[in-house]
Formats: sequence, structure tokens, C-alpha cells
Amino acid sequence: MLSRLRTVTGPIIANNPITLQILGICSALAVTTSLSTALTMSAALTVVLCLSSGIISLIRHHIPPVIRLIVQIIIIASLVIVIDEFLRAFAFEISRQLSIFVGLIVTNCLVLGRAESFAMHNPPLPAVLDGLGNGLGYSAVLILVGTIRELLGAGTLLGYPMLPLAAEGGWFEPLGLMQLAPSAFFIIGFLIWAIRTRWAAQVEPPKFALKTRRAVR
Amino acid sequence: MTEILVTSIFQQNLALSFFLGICTFLAVSERFETAVGLGLALIVVQTITVPANNLILNGLLVEGAWAWLGLPDVNLTFVSLIAFIGVIAAMVQILEMTLDRFAPALYRALGIFLPLITVNCAVLGGSLFMVERQYSFSESVVYGFGGGVGWALAIVSFAAIRERLKYSDIPEGLQGLGSAFLVTGLISLGFSAFARLEP
Amino acid sequence: MADPLSLWRGFLARPNDDRLKVFGMAMMVSLVCAVTLSTTSVLLRPYQEAHLEAERRAQMEAMLDRLPGLRDLMEEAGVDGLTTRLVDLETGVFLLDMDPAEFDARAAATDPELSAAIPAEVDIAGLRTRARIAPVHFLERDGALHLIVLPVSGAGYQSTIHAMLALEADLRTIAALTILEQGETPGLGSRIEDPAWQALWPGKQITDESGQIAIAVVRGPGTGPYEVDGITGATQTATGVGNMLRYWLGDHGFGPFLDRLRQGGL
Repeated sequence: MLSRLRTVTGPIIANNPITLQILGICSALAVTTSLSTALTMSAALTVVLCLSSGIISLIRHHIPPVIRLIVQIIIIASLVIVIDEFLRAFAFEISRQLSIFVGLIVTNCLVLGRAESFAMHNPPLPAVLDGLGNGLGYSAVLILVGTIRELLGAGTLLGYPMLPLAAEGGWFEPLGLMQLAPSAFFIIGFLIWAIRTRWAAQVEPPKFALKTRRAVR
Repeated sequence: MTEILVTSIFQQNLALSFFLGICTFLAVSERFETAVGLGLALIVVQTITVPANNLILNGLLVEGAWAWLGLPDVNLTFVSLIAFIGVIAAMVQILEMTLDRFAPALYRALGIFLPLITVNCAVLGGSLFMVERQYSFSESVVYGFGGGVGWALAIVSFAAIRERLKYSDIPEGLQGLGSAFLVTGLISLGFSAFARLEP
Repeated sequence: MADPLSLWRGFLARPNDDRLKVFGMAMMVSLVCAVTLSTTSVLLRPYQEAHLEAERRAQMEAMLDRLPGLRDLMEEAGVDGLTTRLVDLETGVFLLDMDPAEFDARAAATDPELSAAIPAEVDIAGLRTRARIAPVHFLERDGALHLIVLPVSGAGYQSTIHAMLALEADLRTIAALTILEQGETPGLGSRIEDPAWQALWPGKQITDESGQIAIAVVRGPGTGPYEVDGITGATQTATGVGNMLRYWLGDHGFGPFLDRLRQGGL
């Protein structure tokens, strides 16, 4: 039971797919301008990841190796389309804002990566839990970035005013940069720095030893 | 046309303003030469697949495409995602074989990057943007090429910076990935200066 | 062996590199996916279309709400909505034999049979093609026109902007401008959707004394009846909105129709 729990919690911080393995950020950052889109995207990806891991793990003994990748991609793509159709039917406003990025879950390295490296070799239950854990790890980063960008960029969270805007008599002047692309890169960069300072084992060894203060010491 | 070209290279760079293909972008930019190779491969693949997907979409999938068979109400756009991936995978495969047969030198230079490109979000993203913005065939050729050039430009400049960065004294937690993100952010900031560029 | 269950077991027991199995698995995966996708698509389409329809209606309602006193006027007139008619843009005459409800203006704009290319020199809105027919909405009472609503669209900075322009009965004064759809830079260009910016439009004049189109978006605070303030940091988006109006009110847009309306009424 404990190991099961670890399958879920491991990828959230200690082995986070985004900050540690740079998997799956492609489609992730573009939807972090507001918290609501980040939440929807997280939910969509977690669902796709769990279902695809489960299905692929169920039929893993019968997937011929020659067509392995294409079978995985077709299953993932079908799931993504189904999710996309559901969003457009029941969460119309948000699906508008997500535009092409739900579709891009297909090429998200995270989904295919988990299918290929975990679901193909493990029974359904651990595979689904692994999907859930990685989905939550991805969601954690997305939601954090979304919160920072919406709070500092517009002074709101989920559309509700949080900080009193200067334009409406308050003190907060929204940071335009937060709504633009570069801010997402900066936030992730600093996030990685923070995580690696806390969990020093994740630090990448330098490619070249430098003869500087630190190397000499 | 020039507007689409300029916008897709600078203002709406696939990598820097839409975060597409960032996985590959960060993983294959340690060396300048490989970045150039990957960039070129992406330009070629984009220029072929975006127009090809445009033909598939307008010829087979949109509502009315089957009118000549007496089926004017058939709307298959919901499978466009799968169709696009199929086209991209097939095109990359064909390109690989053609290069191997007719241009072995080029194949040796680009060959190893081609399979990587099949699952690159920038390629699929290009096709999906083509649908969303309703480009015509000729526009999609220009857009595919421009999008590829923009992505190549981003990865080449990033690799060039990263090669120098290897020798710098970076705080421990920031080594590798952390600094890569910050540098990408700065390049992205630099590219947003093109926003006022009049096409 | 004729029993289907044992045939199925036999198929599954085949080695994974067996040709029949490879082919069979590929077929089965595709079939299952195809059935799932088609079913979801067919089942969910009514919901999706209802959303699109509801969105269009809500935007129209929102615009009606923004016009002061319009609701009262409509109540007095005993109408609960606007009349919609199709107009042939080239001649400016109504096409009364077509049903506006069945006309899809968005699709027609790029349909080769229903659209016309816009010559580059007049294409200030950056549209390249436009539908030959456009729907216009009226508020009329006892044969007199009170308000006319025109659908307009044009290239902004990074997306096509769709909007509705409401003109008062003199066909010169803007009653309201409502942005329906845009994909501009969030926080900058997307501010054209702010009610505060859209509130700058009512009361502005589209033509000057001599009948020339004069409405424009300017940098900084607009002065006079023809100028509207731009948006700092989103010059191209705001200018795009201005150009869009100039195009659609011009000779290649609703110009002929408006001229005909000015001379002969409804």
C-alpha cells in the first residue's frame, strides 16, 4: 500500500516530470495566463494520462512491438479528442481559451513517455496510479504558474478580484509582463532553482569543472 | 503573405510565444551544430506538413468535402487531430527515405533528427494553428515555412548562448535546466521587441 | 474451432510478431477508436452547437442592454428582438427570398462560391475575402428605422476581430460597438473587449459634413466627433478596429447599402 502511495506522490515534487525531466511543458505554459485555464488543462491532461496508461497497460501483452508506438499514439489521440469534445460541449468558454492546446496533449512527451516507459511493463492499477501521480505533478506546476501569473498580471484569481487595482482606487498596478510569454519561462526557471536548492540531489553536475573559487575550495 | 511570414517568424514565434516544441528545444541545444541541424530539419518538415494537412483538411475532412459523393453533410473535422499526426508521421518517414536514397550527405546531417520531429509539438501546433486561422493553401505554405524558420532561429540563438553558458559560474541549483529556462525567457523577451515591427 | 470464443482465444494466443495478429490488433484498435470518436462526436454535437448559438444570442442581448433606452423602445414597439435581413453587399439591396436563419456568415466569408476577393488597395481591414451577402439587424417601428446593427470583422494585431456596430437612425452616429470575438495579446490588445473602451464609441460620427468616412482610432486621447482613443501598448489592435470600421462602412463594405438606405429608407 505504501509503495502504491509513493507511485502517486513521488512525481509531485521529488520526481516532478516538468521541473526534473522537462517532459510535457510544451502545451503547458501557454495556458497559464489565468488560473481557470491552467486548472482545466491540468484536469484534461490528468484524465488523459490515467486513462491512456490504464488502457495501454490492459492490452500491453497483445500490442505487437512493430506497431507499438502507433497504437499508443492512436489511443492517446482518441482520448484527447473525446476530452476536447466534452470540453466544447460542457465547458465552452474555457475550451475557447485553451484553443489548440488541448489537442497538443497528443504530442505531450509526458503522456507518451509514461505509456512507453511505465504502462507497457506494469499491470493496470499501478499504471493508472503512475498516470495520476505524474498528472498531479504536472498540475502542481501548472497551477502554481497560473496562480502567480493571474494574481500578479491581473490582480485576480479565477476571475475574482484579489488585489485592489490602482485603476479602481486601490494600490495594485498589474504587471503587464506576467501576461506575456517570457514570464512563464522566468517563473519555471526560478521554480527549478528553488526546488533544487531544497532537494540538492536534483542538481545537475556541471559539464566542466571550473577553476573558480568554488571549484578550488 | 509577407505579413504572415514576418509574424510567424518574429512576433508569434512558435517556440518563444507559444511554448511549442520546448522539450526538444531544451534537450537538443547543448551544441550549436546539432541545433542548426534540427532547425533545418524542422523548417523542411513544417514547409511540407502544414500545406499537406491543409489539403487533407479541405479535401477530405471539412463539411461539404464529400458533396461530390452525395454526402454534403458529412463533417469529419473531429478526426483532424489523428489525421494530422498520421500525415506528419508519414511525411517524416517518406522524407527520411527520400533523403537516404537521393541525398545521403543531407540524410547523414539531418537523419537522426527526423524521428524526433514526429512528436514535436511545434509541427502539430503549426497544423492546428493553420486550421484555427483558416489559412488558404498558399498561405499555409508561407506559414509552414515561416513557423519553421522562427523555431530554427530560436533554437540556434539559444544553442549559441548555451555554449558560452557552459563555462560560466552558475549557482548550483540553477545549473542546467534552471538557467536554460531563464535564458529562454530572456530570448523570448528579446523577441517580443519585434512586436512593433511593421510587416 | 467454429466456436467464436475459442477463435478469439486462439487469436490472442498468437505470438505478437505474427502477421495476422499485428494486422488484427491494428484493425481492432482503429475500429474501437473510430466507434468511440464518432459516437462522442455525434452525441455531443447538439450541445456544442447550442453553445455557439447561445453565445451569439447572448452577445446580441448584451449589446442591446448597453444601448440606453433601447429596451423601453423595444417594449413600446412590442418587439422582443431585432429583425434580420440579408443584404447583397455589391448592390445594397435586400435578398428577401433567402432565410437569414440558414445563412452562415462566417462560413460564407471563405466559401469560394459565396465570397468575393477584396482588391488589395481597398483591403485596409486585411480580410482578403468577404462574403457577398451579409446579415443586417434592424429595430424598426411603424416602418421607421430606429437602429441598425452591422456585423464587421477585420485583422487586428494577431487575430481576426469580429464585432457588431450599431448605428442610429441617421446612419451617421454610432450607437454602440461590441467586440464579439478576438484573440489579441492578453492584457494588451484584448482590452478592446473592456466595456470602458467600448463605451468610448457611442455618439461618435462615422462621416464628416461632406459625407466622407472620418471615423478613426488615434494615439492618445481622441478629440472631436470622429476620433476614438487608442490603447497604450496595443496600437495595432486599436488601429485594426478603426480600419475594420472604415472598410465595412466604405464602398466595398456596407457603403452601397447605407447609401440606398439614406435615400430611400427601408
